Amino acid sequence: MANVSIRNLQVRLGANRVIESLDLDVAAGEFIVLLGPSGCGKSTLLHSIAGLNDAAGGSIHIGGRDMTWADPKDRGIALVFQSYALYPTMNVEANMSFGLRIGGTPKAEIARRVARAAEMLQLGPLLKRKPAELSGGQRQRVAIGRAIVREAGVFLFDEPLSNLDAKLRTELRRELKRLHARLGATMIYVTHDQVEAMTLADRMAVMQGGAIRQFDTPDAVYRAPENLFVATFLGSPGMNLFPGRLDTGGAAAGGAWFLNDQLTLDVSRYPFRQPPVHGQSVVLGVRPEDVDAGSAGTPGSYRAPVTLVEAMGAHRVLWHDFHGCEVAAIVPDDRAGGAFTLRPERISLFDEATKQRL
Amino acid sequence: MKRDGSLAVQPVSVAARPRRPLFAPARLGIYAFLLTAALFFLVPLYVMLATSLKPMAEIRLGGIFALPLAPTIEPWRTAWQAACTGLECEGIRGGFWNSVKITVPSVLLSIALGAVNGYALSFWRPRGAEVLFAVLMAGAFVPGQVLLYPLVRALASVELYSSLPGIVIVHVIFGMPMMTLLFRNYYAALPQELFKAARIDGGGFWRIFFALMLPMSVPVIAVAAIMQVTNIWNDFLLGLVFAGSDNLPMTVQLNNIINTTTGERLYNVNMAATLLTSLVPLALYFLSGRWFVRGIASGAVKG
Amino acid sequence: MVAVRRPAGRVGCVSVAWLALLPMALTALGAYLLTILWTARVSLSSARIFPTGDFVGLGQYARLFRNARWLLSLENLAVYGLLFIATCLVLGFLLAVCIDQQVAGEGVLRTVFLYPYAMSFVATGLVWQWILNPALGIQGVARRLGFDDFAFDWIVRKDTVLYTVVIATVWQASGLVMALLLSGLRGIDGELWQAARIDGIPRWRVYLSIVLPMLWPSLSTACILLFVMVVKLFDAVVAMTQGGPGTASEVPAKFIMDYLFGRANVGLASAASMVLLLTVLAIVVPLYYARSRALQRSRAGRRA
Repeated sequence: MANVSIRNLQVRLGANRVIESLDLDVAAGEFIVLLGPSGCGKSTLLHSIAGLNDAAGGSIHIGGRDMTWADPKDRGIALVFQSYALYPTMNVEANMSFGLRIGGTPKAEIARRVARAAEMLQLGPLLKRKPAELSGGQRQRVAIGRAIVREAGVFLFDEPLSNLDAKLRTELRRELKRLHARLGATMIYVTHDQVEAMTLADRMAVMQGGAIRQFDTPDAVYRAPENLFVATFLGSPGMNLFPGRLDTGGAAAGGAWFLNDQLTLDVSRYPFRQPPVHGQSVVLGVRPEDVDAGSAGTPGSYRAPVTLVEAMGAHRVLWHDFHGCEVAAIVPDDRAGGAFTLRPERISLFDEATKQRL
Repeated sequence: MKRDGSLAVQPVSVAARPRRPLFAPARLGIYAFLLTAALFFLVPLYVMLATSLKPMAEIRLGGIFALPLAPTIEPWRTAWQAACTGLECEGIRGGFWNSVKITVPSVLLSIALGAVNGYALSFWRPRGAEVLFAVLMAGAFVPGQVLLYPLVRALASVELYSSLPGIVIVHVIFGMPMMTLLFRNYYAALPQELFKAARIDGGGFWRIFFALMLPMSVPVIAVAAIMQVTNIWNDFLLGLVFAGSDNLPMTVQLNNIINTTTGERLYNVNMAATLLTSLVPLALYFLSGRWFVRGIASGAVKG
Repeated sequence: MVAVRRPAGRVGCVSVAWLALLPMALTALGAYLLTILWTARVSLSSARIFPTGDFVGLGQYARLFRNARWLLSLENLAVYGLLFIATCLVLGFLLAVCIDQQVAGEGVLRTVFLYPYAMSFVATGLVWQWILNPALGIQGVARRLGFDDFAFDWIVRKDTVLYTVVIATVWQASGLVMALLLSGLRGIDGELWQAARIDGIPRWRVYLSIVLPMLWPSLSTACILLFVMVVKLFDAVVAMTQGGPGTASEVPAKFIMDYLFGRANVGLASAASMVLLLTVLAIVVPLYYARSRALQRSRAGRRA
């Protein structure tokens, strides 16, 4: 179990600066998820931690030791690849033990580790099979098994579930969570899938353009996104956004209102970090589940005809047309909708220019 | 904890390990091996060129690797128009035109048949065709000598033995397995939906072939052409047996020039003739580059 | 219940396909199958120039295996074949691996190693005959440089002439093996290399224990192609040594040609051809069978 500490990391692929001055601290035993769209640099960061990319600057410490220039095999890490990367001509047992045999680990120790990994992942009946004779989920378990036998301090996962079908993905996701609880190892997991990120992470880092935009617990990232990118990236359907401005004049000291041409909201109780500036251009964000949809005529609601209804089984999504903007609301029952209200305690405000949370 | 996740306390740092060296001894060894191998492969070409440009006086002095001191293109001229191929001394130019006469129709015909065969096999799949194809492919492994005498007798019976049409037919026969395999594999990789859509649109066998499949076949036709031109131009055995003394291809003439001379052997003329014979396939190779390799990789994968 | 009739147009189309395949049918059945049967029949007769109708059983085969030249040609082919295939595989593999190390000038190197394959066997034989010429070739050069005892007259000595043919044909065909193996190497997933790096496996060990077994399809293709080249060996021998000195570099293909046309003994030559055919089948069929079984096994396992 080792912690990971990255300072001012710079990574270049060819002539491109993919990552610039990135800092990250992962405590021992934590399950960290790197989440972001394609090309945001999350896989590059993972490969840099593993030592497969050379760092152009900065430092990487694993378990308190400087590993910036260490070979991948000396870093005390294990990596599970998206395509499993199993040695095709060796059977499962050989795949798991090959690295250990080359490294000179005694046979008894190898056998013990393989048996332990096989028991954890139910690989017992598959030990003599070759990868070509296994299904996708079984292959992924073998890849994880190969990582476990290394008894590494840090486990790295590079989108390991992307090549599996949806049902298998949810199954293995839960197994991974249980595995983490059982092993207690530090795990860094890369994915573009929000559901995986939210369910697996102790903390998650949302990345964009080679930088971490927010690094916090899933709850915090979801409820209090730090900037517009994080706000719109998470959540399905995405956060409803209303551009407008702040009005602090004419109200009691400390009071504030959000206005635009279509709606007005009292945001006095919003936890501003700096005192609100009158006239500041802001964007108001509300998640669909925090939009109360009701029938037209409810006092304080805004009228908006429903243009589309998506039935999701457990809930429904009502899409409203609000003066040309689309507003989504999640409702638990059959109501027809036609108007909506916003809950001021569940909103986020962002400065329009800096895109940062107010 | 700060917003970017960093802690206030710096972790313990151990001295950083140095970067990996750029020129490891292993890498130098690899380059040394590759350069030595390149030398082994290039020296014969150099020797051919150098020898073909030297006057006989220089050659008799020895020094096969020396550069020509007094380079001359006389050997080339002699090889082309005056060297003795048996009883005649007309040079190898006759052989060149013979090779052209043999290669062009053979290549055209074998590609045409290979394309139609591949097309019929992958899309139409008439019953029993797969069995026939398996027999054809097995035939590709049969040593030519087994087929020689029966073919000679068969062609002789229709008076095509030792004639241009005869050798063309023989080349088509020997080339059919490879050509069919090439085209069949290529068409098998095309989406079946294309073919089905064309049939729904009302296309028949030949209409679909000419209007749809043939235009899409340019890459495989290029590869097939390169392979067949090279194989047929370089052929020796079949030309020797089936072409007849009027149509002997360049390779046969070349062997005649070099190995059936009386008196002093004119090494410079010999090398010039060898180069002339290799000119067409070598030029094709150097111009086609990746297509040549593609031909090897795809045609060579026998099932 | 209405009986369903096959639309006439469809039947018509399928028969068009059969017509189009007629040349292939003729070739496969006539040019290949029938000729094999015919040669087999002739090999059981005493034909000299023209086929006779008689039947001498296995008499020709008996004569064949009492013929010293034939036995020598078989022995030569075995020795040559082993040396040629082994050397081509090793050299081709080393070349492919070295080029795969991201060396500079890779395109030029590949072109250089493969160009001999574009030349005819005749040309190759003639060039190497010239280079190995004792008086004016390599030996001559070395002697003129002062190495009086240097001997490289393999091509005129009975016990070493076969090796010269090996050298010439290896020069021609190694590039082919290199090209085949290189494309096989390139097909290996980059993530496999990364996994091996993390497992701490040194590069040479990766090539030996992981890559080489994975190249089995490319290797077997190369082996089959090389084997076919060995059996066909004719042009290079005719050009380079004419089977000599004496009969030291005699090979079965040349033996058959000589007896077919030169010495006018079609029966014997046909018997020799059949023996050659059976040898080829004996080696290629098991190899083929093993390959298809391996493919089947992996496909079946995946469904489990």
